This record gives sequence, C-alpha cells and structure tokens, in this order.
Amino acid sequence: MAYSGLSVLAHAAAGNRHWPSAFPAPDLRPSYDIVIIGGGGHGLATAHYLAANHGITNVAVIEAGWVGGGNTARNTTIVRSDYLLNASFGLKNFALGLWADLSRDLNFNLMYEPRGYVDLAHSDGELEHFTLRANAMRLRGAGAAILTGAALQERVPQLDLTGGKRFPVAGALVQEAGGVVRHDAVAWGLARKASAAGIHIVQNCPATGFVIESGRLAAVETPLGRIACGQALISVAGASGAVAAMAGIELPLQAINVQACVTEPVKPALDVVVNYNAGLSYVSQTAKGEFVLGGATDGYVSHARRGSFARIEDALARAVQILPFLSRLRLMRHWSGTADIPMDGNAIVGRTPVEGLMINAGWGYAGFKATPATGWCLAELLATGRVPVLLAPFALDRFETGAEVDDAGIGPYPWLH
Amino acid sequence: MLVIPCPHCGPRDEGEFDHGGPVRTLPALDGAASAADWQRALHLPAADPGPMRQLWFHRSGCETWVEVTRDPSTHCISAARPAGAAGGGS
Repeated sequence: MAYSGLSVLAHAAAGNRHWPSAFPAPDLRPSYDIVIIGGGGHGLATAHYLAANHGITNVAVIEAGWVGGGNTARNTTIVRSDYLLNASFGLKNFALGLWADLSRDLNFNLMYEPRGYVDLAHSDGELEHFTLRANAMRLRGAGAAILTGAALQERVPQLDLTGGKRFPVAGALVQEAGGVVRHDAVAWGLARKASAAGIHIVQNCPATGFVIESGRLAAVETPLGRIACGQALISVAGASGAVAAMAGIELPLQAINVQACVTEPVKPALDVVVNYNAGLSYVSQTAKGEFVLGGATDGYVSHARRGSFARIEDALARAVQILPFLSRLRLMRHWSGTADIPMDGNAIVGRTPVEGLMINAGWGYAGFKATPATGWCLAELLATGRVPVLLAPFALDRFETGAEVDDAGIGPYPWLH
Repeated sequence: MLVIPCPHCGPRDEGEFDHGGPVRTLPALDGAASAADWQRALHLPAADPGPMRQLWFHRSGCETWVEVTRDPSTHCISAARPAGAAGGGS
C-alpha cells in the first residue's frame, strides 16, 4: 500500500484501526542467492539497492534483534560530507545526494532536512585547517563556507560568541547541504521498500556460524536453520568482531561505547546542527522539539552498552558553553551503543579472505550519514563482483599494505578517533 | 563510571586518568620481525572477549602509567599495577 496524504486521511477517518504492518514476517527459506547479516540501515540499504538497481530479490536480511533497534536508531541523525580525504568525502557526499531523494524513492517520509551543519573551530590554527578542508570540498564540487565573527553570528544567532571562554570560537566551517534525517524512519522505510520488492527480512534471527568449504562460503548457520547462499554480507556494527571471528576473520577494530542523550521537548530554538570541537559535543533539535546531544566515545573497549557519566558531563558542559540556554533544559533520555572503531578510524568495506563473504564494518560512530551510499555500492559489489571505485579505499587489506585512510592523522589508536 | 584502584593513590574516579589503550606487545626493533608480525601487533587486537590489560595514565594523581586488567563486558577491574612491572607489556 502506497502512503499518501489521502491514505493518512482515509485511515484517520477509520480511527487508524486498519493500518497494515509495514513489512511482513516471512518464513526463512533454506537457500538464497544472498544473505545479509544485520538489519540495520546499511544492510537494509544494500537489500533495497540490490532490488532497485540490479533486480536481485532472492535475498534474505537476517537481524538478531529487530529492525530499527540497533545503532541506526541510536545515533544523533546528522548527515554531512565535510571530509578532507578523497575516500571519506567521496562516499559521504554521494550519500548526501541520495538522502535528498530517498523519501520519494521509498514512499516513506524520512524527514530529511538540509538545515546546515556548523563545525566550530576554536583557534586560528584550527580555522586554517578547516579552511583547507572547506577548499578541498569546494574543489570536489561540494558547497562549504568559512564564517567568522558577525557573519557566523548572523548565520547562527543562538551561538554565544562572547569572549572570556576557555575555548573561544574562532570561526566555523558551514556545510549548508548537511542536516538531519530521522534515523529510525530510515530503517523502517528501507525495510518496507525491500520487503515489497520480495526480499525476506527475518527478525530475531542471529547468525551463529558459517559453513566454509575450501575457502568459499557455502552457508550461514542460524537458530532457524542453515541457509545455503552464494554470497553473504556481514553488516553488524558493534558485533562485527564477534561475527567475523565465526568465519575465522580477524578485524583490525575495537568495540567502544558511545553515548547520546535528549532533553525535554521545547519550541523550535535551533535550526542548524552545531558541532563544538574543543573536546566534542554535537547539538541539534528534532522536529519534535527535543535537543539531541552527543559527545566523544568513552574511549576504552567495552561490550557493556553502559556508558560512563564523565562523557555525558563533558558533552553537556561543552554544549552549554556555546548555547547557554540549554542549561535550563532537563535531560529526558540517555542511551549507549557499541561502536566498532578500526585502527585508522575509517570503515572496512568489501571482500574478505573467504570467497563469497563480504564485510561492512568499522563505521564507528560515523556510519549513519553514509547509509544509502554504502548500500548502493555494496549492492553493486554483490551484483557484479566488481569493487566500486568509491569502496576501493576501504578494503580490509589496506592495513597490511599500509594504505590506511586516517582522516585525523592519529595512527593505529581506535580510542583517539 | 570506572573506579580505578591506582597502586600508588588508591581507588580513584576514571576522570582522573587518561586512557592509553590496550597493552600491546610490540616486536623488538632489531629488524627481525616481518611486516606481517608488525601488522598483527599494531592492528589486530586480542580476539579473546575476556578480561584485557589496559594502560591508564593517572594525570590528576601520581602521574604514572598504571596497567589495569578489566573485563570489557562487565566493566569489572580485577587487577591494577604499575605499568612495566614484571610481566607487564610495552
């Protein structure tokens, strides 16, 4: 059933009692062409584009929990492409283009709002570096501006730019095409569309093992039975290390806790996304009125999905520095998720040493914005067997060859990315 | 919030410490180790999900590195000793 203004009115007239479920719960078949492990945004986007771009629908997406219950629904909904390195910029800027049309493609309102992303610099040196990044973006065809002083104040009147702060604001990189997308709608919309195309989405079905015959993937084991398949994709975010280990693959990444929180809802007060960079604190307001705040990772390896209060305090203290009115709001919810952060801080996407088994891991806490582009490119890889140009830099073997994609220039220390 | 039992200062809040990552045993700098050995030492963390050894710097205390044995699934700390003590890593 297509969603439309008319369908909303018709169902409202009937007391909203007859909405059909957005996607069915099919029985798992014993074999598929492709099994996608992980029903998060990336896995579901891959399924959607396999059907939409390549006509491949003999596909199962198996999800250990439920659709919209993982990191796709735990991030701070920000999309942007303000990256310096070609590899990072290329994939995320392609995603930004796809976000713009995705609501229409999916017939599902993702509430994509390109309201502008404002990245604050706190010293002249940092602003120089931001200028380098903005120029690199412009050279590659993306819009970016460096704003300082009165121009920045005019763009974001809410910012407290008065002096005397521990980390004064020197200026900002502004990407007007950046913004927010409603995160759980992304999972639901992609699942609904892929399902309508005939792809099976099976929830409460974890992968428990792999059958590998002479170096080639033969089947995926699940509690609902063995699924024979030609190819499979591991796309399980925080569980990447554990699931890859079942196939005998060691990944150069570590699981680290990331936290975020929302305040009580208030009337519209901030129409941009603001990122404070002395430490880390990112702030935006949802359409519902809540302020969403996130900060840096907890730093240390954790599988507990239980955060340290120190990080929340950090993120809030920094947010209040630039937006003092936030101090009067109460926190309403707070949550943690496990981010899989690689040694160079960038994703691992592409082939594995096991023939037929692909990996999409290591997005850390930066994966949401890349969702449609990753799905698009992985669908192409699975359908054609060729690694798309945008994915090539993210190959697993880059760590052996020394071709790391280290945006921050930090080195093999996941907790610093 | 972790409470880290510093061997010099006693139990202290994690906010007093800087995290230094897992203890890594790096190959000797004598040229004998292969590229694969270095790749393993630098990039591949211990696959074992159990307790792991980590380095923490007690910035707001004794200003020394402490090696903490911590279970990342439960946050339970089972040992803490001065880093580099007998049996410690690099």
